[in-house]
Amino acid sequence: MNLEIIFFFVFGFVAAVSSILMITRNNAVIAALYLILNFASLAGLYLTLNAQFIAVTQVIVYAGAIMVLFLFVIMLLRPENEKKFLEANPKIKIFAFVIAGFVFLQLIYIIFFSRPSAIIPKNLNESVEAGTIESIGYILFKDYVLPFEAAGFLLLAATIGALILAKKKVD
Amino acid sequence: MTITIEYYLILSAFMFIVGVAGVLTRRNAIIVFMCIELMLNSANLTLVAFSSYLGSSVGQLFVFFVMTVAAAEAAVGLAIIIAIFRNKLTVNIDDINILKW
Repeated sequence: MNLEIIFFFVFGFVAAVSSILMITRNNAVIAALYLILNFASLAGLYLTLNAQFIAVTQVIVYAGAIMVLFLFVIMLLRPENEKKFLEANPKIKIFAFVIAGFVFLQLIYIIFFSRPSAIIPKNLNESVEAGTIESIGYILFKDYVLPFEAAGFLLLAATIGALILAKKKVD
Repeated sequence: MTITIEYYLILSAFMFIVGVAGVLTRRNAIIVFMCIELMLNSANLTLVAFSSYLGSSVGQLFVFFVMTVAAAEAAVGLAIIIAIFRNKLTVNIDDINILKW
């Protein structure tokens, strides 16, 4: 048992369980907190994949900024509690779970049928090299400058759009 | 025993399916929104896994862009939810059906 296996199973278990707990909680704040736990364990998984920069960004952007936005909106509104999870429309919900399980089985079949690990064995040096902020920054500002500028423009448009949508109508 | 890429792919497929089930079953618009974030994150996990196993930075670069789009989407979507709540005093998506035929 080396450290990678232990970390994968610990973080993967936390991620899977917290995602299930998130969709079954009635209270929106508790669901948001479980989602933050899920994002944090995903950051741990990114670290076991040697993606340091993405792990840090995951904690700062997702678990920090986006979830704070969600919690603020939950506290601004007062979402009435839904009924207990399977009480309203149990038939439709069971149908939804059957569909989801069917798609999951399909995905598992595709993953095991194509066997990607036979084609791409792990090369540790390349993997560590790919995750550093240096190589990501190099490729970002060399080959992907235009998408980078487009992302900045998208953020500007989203800021203005959010302001206009959420402001009080004065006229 | 080594951790091959299938482990990460299956975990990510499971998280995606949980997100799909959440979108289909929950009626609170904010929780539906959080389930969409969960699905985006499972796709991110797939991208990072492939990027790490292939030894290429491009996958992680795309995760970076997905995070940007997710932040923009969260801001605009939550603004829309606030605007709807101001008009109809509810965030239950069964009551918000004016665009439904």
